[in-house]
Amino acid sequence: MDFFELLAFGDTGWGDEMLRACFMTLLVSLSAMAMGLLFAIFGTMSKMSSNGFARGIGNTYTTIVRGVPELLVIYLLYFGLNNAVMGVAKGVFGYDQYIELPVFLVATLAVGLISGAYSTEVIRGAFLVVPKGQIEAAKSVGMNRFLIFHRVLVPQVLRYALPGLGNVWQLTLKDTALIMVTGLVEIMRQAHIGAGSTHEPFVFYITAALLYLVLTTISSLILNGAENWANKGVRRA
Amino acid sequence: MVNALDIKNLVKSFGDLEVIKNVSLTAEQGDVICIIGSSGSGKSTLLRCINLLEIPNSGEISVKGELIKMTQDKKGQPCPADHHQVDRIRAKLAMVFQSFNLWEHMTVLQNVIEAPVHVQKINKMQATELGLALLAKGGITEKADEYPSSLSGGQQQRVAIARALAVNPDILLFDEPTSSLDPELVGGVLRVMKSLAEEGRTMIVVTHEMGFAKEVASKVLFLHNGHIEEQGTPNEIFNSPKSERLKQFLASNLKG
Repeated sequence: MDFFELLAFGDTGWGDEMLRACFMTLLVSLSAMAMGLLFAIFGTMSKMSSNGFARGIGNTYTTIVRGVPELLVIYLLYFGLNNAVMGVAKGVFGYDQYIELPVFLVATLAVGLISGAYSTEVIRGAFLVVPKGQIEAAKSVGMNRFLIFHRVLVPQVLRYALPGLGNVWQLTLKDTALIMVTGLVEIMRQAHIGAGSTHEPFVFYITAALLYLVLTTISSLILNGAENWANKGVRRA
Repeated sequence: MVNALDIKNLVKSFGDLEVIKNVSLTAEQGDVICIIGSSGSGKSTLLRCINLLEIPNSGEISVKGELIKMTQDKKGQPCPADHHQVDRIRAKLAMVFQSFNLWEHMTVLQNVIEAPVHVQKINKMQATELGLALLAKGGITEKADEYPSSLSGGQQQRVAIARALAVNPDILLFDEPTSSLDPELVGGVLRVMKSLAEEGRTMIVVTHEMGFAKEVASKVLFLHNGHIEEQGTPNEIFNSPKSERLKQFLASNLKG
């Protein structure tokens, strides 16, 4: 069979399977990024807190997650969660059968944790580069902390953070390839399955590569647009 | 009549370094007080203590007879007792900064109407009308829809003055408003400040512009090492300085 027959849509080829896997990759990436941003908000708040305990939690989070290989984070979370859930089931309810966790949720959580650790650093960095004078000017006209935060700080932090967050998005998208180990059928897993059953690994892996490239290219176009929008008012050098 | 501003025994230190040593100062309605002194004398810190951008270690600040209530935090550091009061009083003390500090993500007009709309809850139509009138005063109406980064320093500072005026403050604080401007742009900003003084606005101006102080001030303070070394009318300060330090300072700042 040649390339196009292999990737035909319908029962004879793998085209529809690959496309479905591509949507799964996109879905996991978007969910993980969103979850990561949520983690990042808490991460930034705790790392910039005046409370030592909160700072400790934030630092532990980013240090561990950024310091351990991503694949290992996924394994640890997958098996850790599984053990925890089964332990609770057995200890509390006396249920001792194997429990399969919803793979999508675990995968999203794992990639979200990784993505969030990097986003935390990006957002924290963005907070630090907003010039002090911008906040002092807001104070000097009587703006309260809430107004300063959402009228002056957030728009500027977003602008400084956007390029970095775009980077985190690309990493997140690619990190989803690692969750094939959990069995979730995304691009990488599907390519692996196709390669195994047709003995045409190159065809499937090159297709996977192209699909990732399509996703990353479209997202950089969108991100460029977003950066231009956020940078209105900034003089181009 | 109650004084526009009363400062009693203000002390401010950074760590072990005492920057403001027991300074008292009174501004009556319509006063233009110029604070002069060499760099490091504490003039900017004194000004920034007035609207609590720096928290003084001790002393009392009253604006139009209202004392700013202070207390101590858990670590025993002085801090404002009532943040609502501070926010409210800050708007009566609008400040113009050396580095303009216009909000970069807003247009000129948005900068000016931000506080009227969001702090004082004036409706946007009215605020825009007010904002455009204030920009006209600075001769920068045509820049209303541009972003600050496309303006010259002098134009930015005139926008900053309009932004300060927009909250209808009782006192205007100027922190070296012309120090970061190119020489040819200084005149335009000083002209706007002079017209404000002529309107009878109460102003406290930290400045290196001796000409402005001479011409416009009702009172001049000479600050040295964190205390008021000498004060008086411009005539007294510039034409018959008493202390040796003021004489030295004037000698090195008035030549050329």
